Amino acid sequence: MKRKSIFSLVVMAAVIGVLLFSASASVMAQDEEVTITVGTWADESFEAAVELFNDKYPNINVELQLAAIEDHHDNLLTRLAAGGEVPDVAYLEDQYISTLAARGGFVDLSQEPYNGDQYKDKLVGYPFAQATTQDGQLVAMPTDVAPGTIFYRHDRLEELGVDIEDIKTFEDWIEVGKKFTESGENRWLIGDVANIYTMMVNGSSTDRFFNENGELVINSPRFLKAFRTAKEVRDMGLDAEISEWTNEWFTVLREGQVLMQPSGAWLGGHLKEWIAPETAGKWRVTSFPEGYDGPWGGSFAGIPKSSDNKEAAWKFIEFMATDRAVQWSNFRIADMFPTIEDLYDHEAFAEEIDFYGGQKARLVWKETILNIPAINTNQHDSFVMDMMGNALGEVLEGNKTPEEALNETETLIERRIRR
Amino acid sequence: MRLKKKHAPYVFISPFFILFFIFGAFPILFSLYLSFFRWDGMSAMRFVGIENYQFVLTDPWFWQSIYNTLSIAIMTTIPQHVFAIGFAFILHRGMVKFKEFFRTAYFLPYITAPVAVAMIFTTLFGSPFGILNATLNGLLSLPLIGNLLELLNISSPIRWLSDPNFIRPSVAALLTWRFTGWNIIIYYAGLQKISNGIYEAASIDGASTRQTFFKITLPLLRPIMFFAMLMSIIGNMQIFDEPIILLGAMGGTNRAGLTTAMYLYQTAFGWTEFGTGSAIAYVLCVFIVIASIIFNKYFRREI
Repeated sequence: MKRKSIFSLVVMAAVIGVLLFSASASVMAQDEEVTITVGTWADESFEAAVELFNDKYPNINVELQLAAIEDHHDNLLTRLAAGGEVPDVAYLEDQYISTLAARGGFVDLSQEPYNGDQYKDKLVGYPFAQATTQDGQLVAMPTDVAPGTIFYRHDRLEELGVDIEDIKTFEDWIEVGKKFTESGENRWLIGDVANIYTMMVNGSSTDRFFNENGELVINSPRFLKAFRTAKEVRDMGLDAEISEWTNEWFTVLREGQVLMQPSGAWLGGHLKEWIAPETAGKWRVTSFPEGYDGPWGGSFAGIPKSSDNKEAAWKFIEFMATDRAVQWSNFRIADMFPTIEDLYDHEAFAEEIDFYGGQKARLVWKETILNIPAINTNQHDSFVMDMMGNALGEVLEGNKTPEEALNETETLIERRIRR
Repeated sequence: MRLKKKHAPYVFISPFFILFFIFGAFPILFSLYLSFFRWDGMSAMRFVGIENYQFVLTDPWFWQSIYNTLSIAIMTTIPQHVFAIGFAFILHRGMVKFKEFFRTAYFLPYITAPVAVAMIFTTLFGSPFGILNATLNGLLSLPLIGNLLELLNISSPIRWLSDPNFIRPSVAALLTWRFTGWNIIIYYAGLQKISNGIYEAASIDGASTRQTFFKITLPLLRPIMFFAMLMSIIGNMQIFDEPIILLGAMGGTNRAGLTTAMYLYQTAFGWTEFGTGSAIAYVLCVFIVIASIIFNKYFRREI
């Protein structure tokens, strides 16, 4: 009996000792080094960015949690809901920011000690509207913006004897696309016709799907025109009928089988790095026709409320969003367009870029980005985006007219969000 | 501190029950609780009674997803079992050499990760550059077969994964390829239980292979068929991985491939309507139970 109690005393002492030791170790560690986790989907320029960050903050280790873009956002939402482990810094994409902003899972960055609003004047303005909730909370900082432009194959246009200056309207593009499609087998205007719709919808309004009063505006001439144009392109056989981000899509871009691809400036990074590096020099960029200027992507970074390292997380976000060197490095490597406005006047912006055959592509993007208005977003945006994609599919496959599809979708959406 | 003999067994089996209650029973019960609330995951939960169930049962997309699920299930269950019984019989009767090799080869798709499978099939089913369409082009250029296909109004390229008429058969084809091997193993095991004496007696009586198959193998295999088909029904009502990777979260054009499990997932995790998603899960569960009871009633009594 006695031996037993001595034994248990020894065990107790050992346990307590270990506990004390580990506690003091963790206190010491906090003074010296912090590790923050960063959840994102884009890693092209991440390594270089973290290196720059560590030059300034050597004590903050950055651990990357990488996932495909949809998985990243779905997981994040689920983990926020379940109270699970979330990254200290969560990147959010343009299409998801409004849905997440309204939920209240993120720290308000406009408050002390962050004061994110102080950067409003220095950074491009329109994303701040997206990241701000109706009661004025700033849930994330914009880290890159994405001017939507058309990437087109200059060599193919030359073959056709067409000058880009003569393409001024969507109909002009369709005419050229028709010529190109007729000029050979496996040739199309565009890979995924849904991109025509996106281009026309993103680029033409200060509302996305809802107006500033929270009223659904999808049943309007803007969407009707987008649906009709997409349908026209499909019926004329000018799209390859493939989805973006599939192997076949990469193939048509690489082989020059499609004439154009509207996208954010960041697509250039993907094109030159891995989709089609061998096509360097053949691409050019031009703005959307008919004066449409809209965003196509763009990212934000926010701090989930349950993060334990908010201070270090903010240092990271502040650095990524406002440091000129890192913004420039992201732009150089991955064509992630900077948010800092006075960078646009830098002489490097007027550089001729080899991938675009010496075109001063950055100036095209700059012009677009400065024309994008503040856009009204809504917490239901990503749901409505799914519904609209679905409605577009119904129109393209020929069993519904654009009017019918929009009417029905409006009813379906109202039914769900007004519950 | 000694365990009483009476209690010891319970302590030893307790790990399973503890884990089951945490990871099995709790989510099941919590989602039942959730199905009476509106909850987006972050804001406060709001009690709405049976509104979620009312919404689901009057939701046209829900019923469409049930139709999709059932039609994919039928299109895959029948060929799966017909092929599986046939192949198992051939393997068992030793009609071919390299039995072991074939058994493994047929089972291989089942243990391959669904994501890998679906990615391969995306390449097969591709529209401008897919292997299936390339084969079809080859066939169409042949003189006789080409004319026959033209008579059937088949023209290339078929958009396997974007033409609403082809989406469900394409998914069913993948599922058939994937799960036939699993059923072969079950039927093969069942066939080994049938005494060789019966086959010997039949061959002495001069029965042909065909007669042996239909008069002996099939009737005696009935209990196994019951089990295997019931498993298929339950499994096929929950089809999720393959269509979501092939077609995306909304099930492709006109939602032709949106199964109920996908719709449930999209509602709960895509649109963060966790209450409504839970309600779909429970309605689906009731449907699976009903389907099992019906199958049980009409199939089992003749065993």
